[in-house]
Amino acid sequence: MSVTAKNFDEKARGKFARLGTTRVRRGELLRHPVYTRVLHWSVAIFFVLSLLTGFAIYSPWLFHWITPLFGGGPRTRLLHPWFGLLFEVFFFFQFLNWMAPMVWTEADRRWVKRMRHYATNQELLESEDVGFFNGGQKLYFWAIVVSGVLFLITGLLMWFDDVVGRWIVAVSYVIHDLAALVMLAGFIIHIYEGTAHQPGTFGSMIDGTVKENWAWTHHPAWYQAVTGRDPREAYEREKRSHEEAQTAQE
Amino acid sequence: MANPRTFQIQEISAHPGPVPGRGVRREEAVCKYIDVTTCIGCKACEVACVEWNDHPFRETTFNDTYQTMPTTEWNYYNLIKFVEDERDGNLMWLLRKDQCLHCEDPGCLRACPADGAIIKYENGIVDFQQENCIGCGYCISGCPFDIPKFHPNTKKVYKCTLCSDRVGQGLEPACVKACPTGCLKFGTKSDMVQIAGLRAKQLREVSGFADAGVYDPASIGGTHVVYVLHDIKRPERYGLPANPVIPPSYTYWKWLAKPAGLLMGVLGIGAVFFHRVMYGPKLPQPEPPEVRTGPTEEIDAGRKETL
Repeated sequence: MSVTAKNFDEKARGKFARLGTTRVRRGELLRHPVYTRVLHWSVAIFFVLSLLTGFAIYSPWLFHWITPLFGGGPRTRLLHPWFGLLFEVFFFFQFLNWMAPMVWTEADRRWVKRMRHYATNQELLESEDVGFFNGGQKLYFWAIVVSGVLFLITGLLMWFDDVVGRWIVAVSYVIHDLAALVMLAGFIIHIYEGTAHQPGTFGSMIDGTVKENWAWTHHPAWYQAVTGRDPREAYEREKRSHEEAQTAQE
Repeated sequence: MANPRTFQIQEISAHPGPVPGRGVRREEAVCKYIDVTTCIGCKACEVACVEWNDHPFRETTFNDTYQTMPTTEWNYYNLIKFVEDERDGNLMWLLRKDQCLHCEDPGCLRACPADGAIIKYENGIVDFQQENCIGCGYCISGCPFDIPKFHPNTKKVYKCTLCSDRVGQGLEPACVKACPTGCLKFGTKSDMVQIAGLRAKQLREVSGFADAGVYDPASIGGTHVVYVLHDIKRPERYGLPANPVIPPSYTYWKWLAKPAGLLMGVLGIGAVFFHRVMYGPKLPQPEPPEVRTGPTEEIDAGRKETL
């Protein structure tokens, strides 16, 4: 499985790299190749569509304004499983693509212990053992994997409710809802971290690049791996140059 | 619609005798009585139901029984189930008229998430309002009797209305009108339960059905369609659950966890917003020093962007 998946993933990444372009300018690093970006936004589009149609089924009285966008209540209900299925398909490819960098490590365990400090911005620079993804990003990824499996199983049971018993369907509704609530909480945090909380991050999913100072600040171990330079030294050097410029101005 | 009681005539000037209709309506709750033991399987009720509801002809599936089709359908609310049973070594048909039982505590209504898609009248009739139905199918798994059926074209769910349109006009349901043996009756809940009880007693004492009884399951608060069965101890033989229940996910989950979940979503958005306001962004380090400018009065705030 893993060899075939790896070969497929390599091939897809190569093909997409030829189809699209990623320009890495001076002072920037390649973060996400074309394939990853296309997958990410495909997953995102179908996740949002599933979320909106799902909300409309979850509590129609509260989301009366959503169903007309999809052609009325029954049409919204009809589209929801198909949106969900496409989300599952694209996320499956994303899973193959990101399986390796998302492996849980000792550094992530330490990151989770520091989560409180991270959330309150107590440390301006991330710990030097934080690689391509930090513990929080990995938590979100694996939460989607688990929820995705639950969505798929319970979703199919509800889709073919005439085949399975009514108790199985009744339990599936609850599990499907719970998985959605976990995803919703993660989704809110994900958007916040990727935009308002960490300037410079959103561009990595649009243009595929990040600034070098972004990399040594948020993912120092990854910075070291791709540039071969020490992240703390790079930080100190930039800090000195800022100070010199400041003195010169005065 | 005005309450018909409001316009029940109370007094009539210079009229001899009692006021017609006065005191007839003693009870709001209605009920259909089905005596399984006297049903002859003529299917007049099936035809009457299709006729009254103006349903199109439906192709049937033949599965080696006299039954019209395997289950009730979106355009076939009423179906006589021909259960082949045994009594004293001979074949005995259990002819049960399968239809919506109009539960006092309806599982379909409990499960339904759509505002106004299922309503229950004061008289106990549970009615689907298709204009508000979103076709999610929750009612199908909420029902202990497998009654609501999905219409593949309109993508909505349908079931027996207990002829609420006829009952509203003071008429009995179409099936009751058509029944030639009198095994179907329609009236108030207490009257039907009483008649059913008498019939069951007769079956026990006169006809040799020692276990005869009335099916009016207490687990869902009783039903507005009651059956007289030869054997109340084994309702499964007739395709009826002995102890029908509504999955607790439709009673507790819907009213507790759903609003809690939505509240969590709202609080989550609020939390990240105020997090940004309170703690600020995480900028790439080191941050460039602030540009030294002159006193703010020197900056012309009204200038054009290009200059």
